[in-house]
Amino acid sequence: MSKLYSGAEILFKCLEDQNVNVIFGYPGGAVLPIYDELKNYKSIKHYLVRHEQGAGHAAEGYARSSGKPGVLLVTSGPGATNAVTALTDAYMDSVPLVCISGQVPTHLIGTDAFQECDTTGITRPCTKHNWLVKDVKDLAKIIHKAFEVATTGRPGPVLVDIPKDIQFQKTVYAKHKKKKKLNGKTFNQYTKSDIDKLVKLMNDSSKPIFYTGGGVINSGPKASELLRELLEMTGFPITSTLQGLGAYPGDDSQFLGMLGMHGSYEANNAMHDCDLMINIGARFDDRITGKIDEFSPNSKKIHIDIDPSSINKNVKVDLPIVGDVSKVIASTIKTIKKNKPNFAKSNKQKISKWWEKIQKWRSVKSFDFINSTDSIKPQYAVQRLYELTKNKDTYITTEVGQHQMWAAQHYKFDKPNRWMTSGGLGTMGYGLPAAVGVQVANPNKLVIDIAGEASVLMTMQEMSTAVQYSLPIKIFILNNQYMGMVRQWQELLHEKNYSESYTAALPDFVKLAEAYGCVGIKATKPDELDDKIIEMINTDRPVIFDCLVDKEENCFPMIPSGKPHNQMLLGPKDQKENKITGKGKTLV
Amino acid sequence: MAKSKSAYSIPGKQGRFDTHIIVVWVDNEAGVLARVAGLFSGRGYNIESLAVAEVDSKLNISRITIVTTGTPQVIDQIKLQLKKLVPVHKVADFKREDKKVIFKEMALMKVVGNNQKREKALNACKKYNAIILDKTNKSVVIQITALRRDIDLMTKNLKKFGLVSVSRTGAVAMTRGSEIFK
Repeated sequence: MSKLYSGAEILFKCLEDQNVNVIFGYPGGAVLPIYDELKNYKSIKHYLVRHEQGAGHAAEGYARSSGKPGVLLVTSGPGATNAVTALTDAYMDSVPLVCISGQVPTHLIGTDAFQECDTTGITRPCTKHNWLVKDVKDLAKIIHKAFEVATTGRPGPVLVDIPKDIQFQKTVYAKHKKKKKLNGKTFNQYTKSDIDKLVKLMNDSSKPIFYTGGGVINSGPKASELLRELLEMTGFPITSTLQGLGAYPGDDSQFLGMLGMHGSYEANNAMHDCDLMINIGARFDDRITGKIDEFSPNSKKIHIDIDPSSINKNVKVDLPIVGDVSKVIASTIKTIKKNKPNFAKSNKQKISKWWEKIQKWRSVKSFDFINSTDSIKPQYAVQRLYELTKNKDTYITTEVGQHQMWAAQHYKFDKPNRWMTSGGLGTMGYGLPAAVGVQVANPNKLVIDIAGEASVLMTMQEMSTAVQYSLPIKIFILNNQYMGMVRQWQELLHEKNYSESYTAALPDFVKLAEAYGCVGIKATKPDELDDKIIEMINTDRPVIFDCLVDKEENCFPMIPSGKPHNQMLLGPKDQKENKITGKGKTLV
Repeated sequence: MAKSKSAYSIPGKQGRFDTHIIVVWVDNEAGVLARVAGLFSGRGYNIESLAVAEVDSKLNISRITIVTTGTPQVIDQIKLQLKKLVPVHKVADFKREDKKVIFKEMALMKVVGNNQKREKALNACKKYNAIILDKTNKSVVIQITALRRDIDLMTKNLKKFGLVSVSRTGAVAMTRGSEIFK
C-alpha cells in the first residue's frame, strides 16, 4: 500500500509541486499541525509577519515583482478576517494570491467555536474562488486547483480553508501532473478578422492613442517587449494607467505620462480628443474616465482584455478583443508586418498634426510645481529620489494618497514589475508590507516604499519583520503631518474645513526606526536632501527616512469635478481662475 | 435630495429596463447558491424570482433559473460575471417576451370558506391548470401553474373567495420544440 500522509504534509507536498519557495504567515491554534510540519520542507521558507494583513500585502508585493503567485498562511477567525483587506486589494488589482487558512475542526463548524468564523462566506466576494476542505482526500486536488484559478485568465486571490482535523487525517498523495498551459485557447476568444479590423482602424486613424493598463504587466515581461515593438512600429502616442506604469518606458518621447484624475494634461486631452483609443489591459476605471457621458466623445474604442466581463462594463466599445495581451499584440504586429510593411512611414504624415497638438499640451508642463529653497517640496523629493536611484533597477512600492500620485507622476519606470501600488482598493498601509514581499523576491535589489506618514503607520509593525529577516527595505516618508489627499479635497471642496485630517501626535520616526532596530534618517531642508538619500541608499539595513515636506502642497493636475478630460485643474498658477463651485463639488 | 459630496462620477443616462430569464447550470456543491446570489446583491442587480434544484444527480448538476431586470448592458454583465464563477458550467438568457421559450411558475393556494365560495375560487382558477390537492368541508388547496402576472392576478382575485395562504415558486423555463438551451 502507498504511504499515507497527513493533511498538513499533503499541503506542503502540493506547495512543493507548485514550486512555492516562500510563505508569509502567522501561526495560531487552527494551523498548528501545518506549522508543525514546516520544518520538514527545507525548500519552503516561511516569513513571520506581525499582522495577517501584512502577510497578504507582502504576498502581493512578492507576486507583483516576481510574476509568481504569492502564498499566505493564516489561522482561523481573526487570522482570516485580518487577511480580508489584502485579499480584496489583490482582487481589485488582479494579483495572484493563494491564501491557506486554518479552520476549527469539522465537528465544531457552526457552533460558534473559539476562533471560528465563516471564512469562506466572508471571503466569497473578495476571491476568485474559495474552498472549504471537508475531506482530506479532496485536499490535494483543491490546492492544485487553487493555484490554477489564481494564476490563469485574469489573475486574482483564492482561499483554501482547512479544518484542523483534516490537517491531521491521513490519505495517499499522488504527485501533481501539471496541465499544459491553460492560457491558450480557453482565454483567447478573438479571431483573425478581429485583428484585421484592429489594424484597419489603426491604419485609418489620424488621432490614435494607446491606453495601457495592468493587464500588460500581468501578461508577463514578453507583453511589455511586444508593446514597445508595436509602439515603435506605429509611432502612436501612449498613456498608461497607474497600474500599467513600467510596461512602456516612462522617459520615452511617445509616452504621455499617466492619465486619469491626477494624470498629465497631454494624456487626458489626447484621450478626450482622439479618434481611436486602443485600450490594452485596462478597465475604464472611474478615476480614469471621469464623467462617463463625456468620456472621449469622438473616438472609436478598441478594448483588449483577457476578462470578457471587463468589456462594455463601464464604457461601450466598438471592437472588443478578448485574449491574452501578449498574444493579441503579437498577432497585431505580425499582421501589420505582413499587410502593411510601410505602416510607420505611411502613417507618420497622417498623425503628424496630432503629434503637434500633443506637443502643445505637453508644453503646459502640467506636473510642474513651484520649488522652494526653504522647504522640501514633495514632488522635488520624489524627483531627487528618482534621479539618485534610476540606474539601480529600483523597485518602488507606495502607500495611498498624495505621495502615491507624486510617485506615479515623477518616478519614471522603464521596466515592468518594478512598481507596486494599491490602485483599485486604495489600501493605506499597503506599501510597507508589500516592500517586504518585494525584497524577499528580489534579495539584492533596492526596494523603496514611497510613503505618507499617515498610511505607513497603519502597517508600521511590519518593520519588525524586515528587521528579523534582514530585508533592507527603505521607507521614504513624505511627511506633511496631514492625510494629504483628504486635506487637499477639504481645501478644494469643503471650504478648508480640515476635519480630522491633521495628525497631532506623530511619532518621532527616527527614534521609531531605532526602536525597531533599523536606521532612522531625517531630512528637513532641500539642500541636505541628496546627501541623505545617498546615505539611505548606501545603508545595507532597513531604513525609515523621515522627509519633512511642505505641509500645504496639493497634487496637480486634477480632473476636478465630474468634468470631462479636457477640463483639468492645473497647478497653483491656474487655480485662481478655475475655482470649483456648486455642482462640481459633489463629483470628486 | 441632499447633495452627495463623495461620489466622483455622476450617474450616466439610464437605459431601458428589460426583464430577462437567466438559466445557469452549476455544480451542486456547498455555497454555490450563495455565490450566485452574492454576485447579484454585491453588484446591485435584481433578483425577481429564483428557482433551483438538482437536475442531474450523476453529474451533480443543478439548474438555477433567475428572473431579473436590467439594461442590456447590465444583463450582459450578469451573464459574463456568472460565467466567471468556477462552479458555473453554462449560462443561457432569454427575454421574457421570447416566444420560443416556455416560462411557468407554480402556486399553491388555500381557500377557506363555504361551498359557494370554494366553488367560485375553483372556477376562477380553471384556466390555469388547476388541481385540487386537498379538500375538506371548509377548505381547499388548489395548485395552479401559470405566468407570474396571472398568479399575481389570481392572488388578488381570490381574496374575496377566502384565500388565506399562498405559496409560490420562482419561474422555470424550457425551450419549445426539439431544441435545447445552449
